[in-house]
Amino acid sequence: MADNTNSNEVNPFQKQKNKEEMQKQLITFALMILFTIIAFVIVATGMMDSMFVTPILLILAIVQVAFQLYYFMHMKDKGHDMPAVMMYGGLGAAILTLAALGVITWW
Amino acid sequence: MSTVAAQKRGFGAVLWDYLTTVDHKKIAHLYLFGGGFFFLLGGLEAMAIRIQLIQPENDFVSAGFYNELLTMHGTTMIFLAAMPLLLGLMNAVMPLQIGARDVAFPFLNSLGFWLFMFGGLLLNCSWFLGGAPDAGWTGYVPLSITSPGHGVDFYVIGLQIAGAGTLIGGINFLATIVTMRAPGMTYMRMPLFTWTTFITSTLILFAFPALTVGLFLLMFDRMFGSAFFDVGLGGNAIIWQHLFWIFGHPEVYILILPAFGIFSEVIATFSKKRLFGYTAMVFATMLIAFLGFMVWAHHMFTVGLGPVANSIFAIATMAIAVPTGIKIFNWLATMWGGQITINSSMLWALGFIPTFTIGGMTGVMVASVVADYQYHDTYFVVAHFHYVIVGGTVFGILAGLHYWWPKMFGRILNEAMGKLTFWTFFIGFHLTFFIQHFLGLMGMPRRYWVYLENQGLDLGNQISTVGAFFMAFGVIVFLINVVYTAVKGEKAADDPWDGRTLEWVAASPPAHYNFKQTPLIRGLDALWIEKTEGKGRPTPAEPLGDIHMPNSSFLPFMMSLGLFIAGFGFIYQTNHNWAYILLFGGMAIMLGCMMIRSLKDDHGYHIPKDELESEAD
Amino acid sequence: MSHDHSLNPETMPNEPEKATLEGKNKFIGFWFFLGGETVLFASLFGTYIALNNSTAGGPTANELFGLELVFIMTILLLTSSLTSVYAMYHMKNNDFKKMQLWLGITAILGISFLACEIYEFTHYITGYGFTFRSSAFGSAFYTLVGFHGGHVTFGLAWLIGLMIRNAKRGLNLYNAPKYYVFSLYWHFIDVIWVFIFTVVYLMGKVG
Repeated sequence: MADNTNSNEVNPFQKQKNKEEMQKQLITFALMILFTIIAFVIVATGMMDSMFVTPILLILAIVQVAFQLYYFMHMKDKGHDMPAVMMYGGLGAAILTLAALGVITWW
Repeated sequence: MSTVAAQKRGFGAVLWDYLTTVDHKKIAHLYLFGGGFFFLLGGLEAMAIRIQLIQPENDFVSAGFYNELLTMHGTTMIFLAAMPLLLGLMNAVMPLQIGARDVAFPFLNSLGFWLFMFGGLLLNCSWFLGGAPDAGWTGYVPLSITSPGHGVDFYVIGLQIAGAGTLIGGINFLATIVTMRAPGMTYMRMPLFTWTTFITSTLILFAFPALTVGLFLLMFDRMFGSAFFDVGLGGNAIIWQHLFWIFGHPEVYILILPAFGIFSEVIATFSKKRLFGYTAMVFATMLIAFLGFMVWAHHMFTVGLGPVANSIFAIATMAIAVPTGIKIFNWLATMWGGQITINSSMLWALGFIPTFTIGGMTGVMVASVVADYQYHDTYFVVAHFHYVIVGGTVFGILAGLHYWWPKMFGRILNEAMGKLTFWTFFIGFHLTFFIQHFLGLMGMPRRYWVYLENQGLDLGNQISTVGAFFMAFGVIVFLINVVYTAVKGEKAADDPWDGRTLEWVAASPPAHYNFKQTPLIRGLDALWIEKTEGKGRPTPAEPLGDIHMPNSSFLPFMMSLGLFIAGFGFIYQTNHNWAYILLFGGMAIMLGCMMIRSLKDDHGYHIPKDELESEAD
Repeated sequence: MSHDHSLNPETMPNEPEKATLEGKNKFIGFWFFLGGETVLFASLFGTYIALNNSTAGGPTANELFGLELVFIMTILLLTSSLTSVYAMYHMKNNDFKKMQLWLGITAILGISFLACEIYEFTHYITGYGFTFRSSAFGSAFYTLVGFHGGHVTFGLAWLIGLMIRNAKRGLNLYNAPKYYVFSLYWHFIDVIWVFIFTVVYLMGKVG
């Protein structure tokens, strides 16, 4: 296999687009860190009734994961239809499994 | 690379070729051989069960051995016979049907086969190493936790390895169908067998991980002292049942949907009509798969989940009868007014419809919670699932084998023997299992070693055993047919059945690159369109050029062998220190092969254009 | 050799990971695999949720878990997710050296995460006598978190192997999909961790 001799040329338009994309990723990351801190602070300070904490924590986690999937893993971009179908399929099966083991397990 | 040279090679070369092949057609042969071998093994176990039950209080086998027989019969037939045989047919046909030269991951395809094969062999090694698993194919805890010896350990490790292989195979098919369809082959132009392959593979993808986890938990409890199912330390036995059936119920659709696909192809071809209600068939398949994930708890009605959960699962289960009914009516409507040819392949399809309908009706009966308390764990259930699995899957596999044999092996199976197989097997099947409905209703529990005299069970069991011998006879005739065809069978034309779909464009058997030029697809039933409106063959979508092919590899075999060896290590490390040598040695072989695979570039090779030109068309 | 040329084009395409059929297959196949992994981890989470109160008289989740270490681990893993995004950014700009650099940082963060996890486990075992075998809760905890840790370990081996193997030859259309698929895997590990720190640690603290 020959060494890669091609130059680093990427057309400027594309380069600009990549850069803008990267800025979005950074904003996403900042939000994710923020959500994480909120989650930890809520629990560490015990500022909320435990009735409310659990749903809030779960919502924060789900939003964070959506960021991760749609921005970091590019599920928002085109050409991700089948990946999305399979992720949602897996998610469906996952929710059923969780429901089964979390709710209707019999003691 | 020419075929003439290939035919002159010695046995060693052929063996090496099959051990290293990544060609989907040869992997299909391997799956059919491996699955067929385990099918015969499972059949022998079934015969032993039936002989034991031929008369009251028989002592043909001991009670413990009977438990091993029934466990291994179920496990073998589901995991090691029915599924691999279907995967074999998918491998043989699906890439041809979508006009692809190969599958998306030829290497993984081969790895999937060898993992299945070594997993199956590991499981069956238990017979010679102190006894087979004896906790039923469902391996319910606490029975499977307390079962002494290493039997259940073999079940856990064997299924784990074979299951990994199946999962890999499923992902491979999915990626193949998504990325490698020929130009013009839109999703809604795919033949129904390809569709069912696709949907079955999604079921494999989402169902098998639950089994993987379940088996891991069982493995940790049995071999590493964890406490998932140990009630004394807070464990919970119901977790196993949930995980097993979250996998297990989609599994039965993994078994039946490909068979539906096969029947759709066979019935359309031999009725000389386009499949009636193609779109409805596709969506019915999807709906069955979707609902198939929401019904697992109907295996657990008597566990005590409570009336609400039971009702929900009962309704979801009954709902599956709707898309299934759509399918049955579509097959009937396809035949309606068609020009029907009745040959052995079509006979299996015709036999399937009433048989499966009976199985479906008893399915709705057992789905009713109140009634299920009576049916649960009786021969009624045994009769029900043999009607759907044998009447659906096994009939489907046999229909598919008779239909695609010329494509896979280049020779047509003998028609007379094919019909004899069908009639003996079909009659034998109904003799064996129809009566079991009544045995169950009279109270005969499943998995019992003996029954007592004069309780109304004697005659029924006798009839059942006689039927089993008819089935065995049918299978033997089929084996003779296979050998006879290989030696003296009629050479097949490329398109012996006047087929409708793309696989009949390729040669019989196909060249290793399938199509010299990728075909252009103009609609559903791609070949039929060209026969009626075109030149009789699809127009090529590309000029003749170099064809890129993957390299053969011995690594899949070695990786699976490594896991096989490590499996023994896992099983025996509980009471022997030397087993760690096997454990680490086997893992080292596997990981080493994985490293070689990652670090060594594998670009495949090209078949040059002039070689393709010089070969006869 | 024609394929060498086609794998080292004059100008890199915009999405090098999907420019070849092999790359497209890897991309699609790996996403599907992640769909399956979702169910795998859901089964483990389900088992944990069913058993997280089954302590058999041993320490409970609330007594065991400290939030400081988990917070550090979370930040380490989240940041490693961002650094791998940077690596993919440089891959798209065809800047191999920077890509390797960012992947190197990702690996270091991953190793630190793993070190914290090993410390955490030994702390539970030596400090509390809380083991895999002590209760159903223990089994479920170590299995769930351990499976994630195993995924991290495998990912690190994968990443380091990739970086060493391709260090001298730069980016081409043969290895670009491999890098991209690794980054998907790494993000997925992070997705799982988000649920682990939420469901296991934070909700364990809340009780």
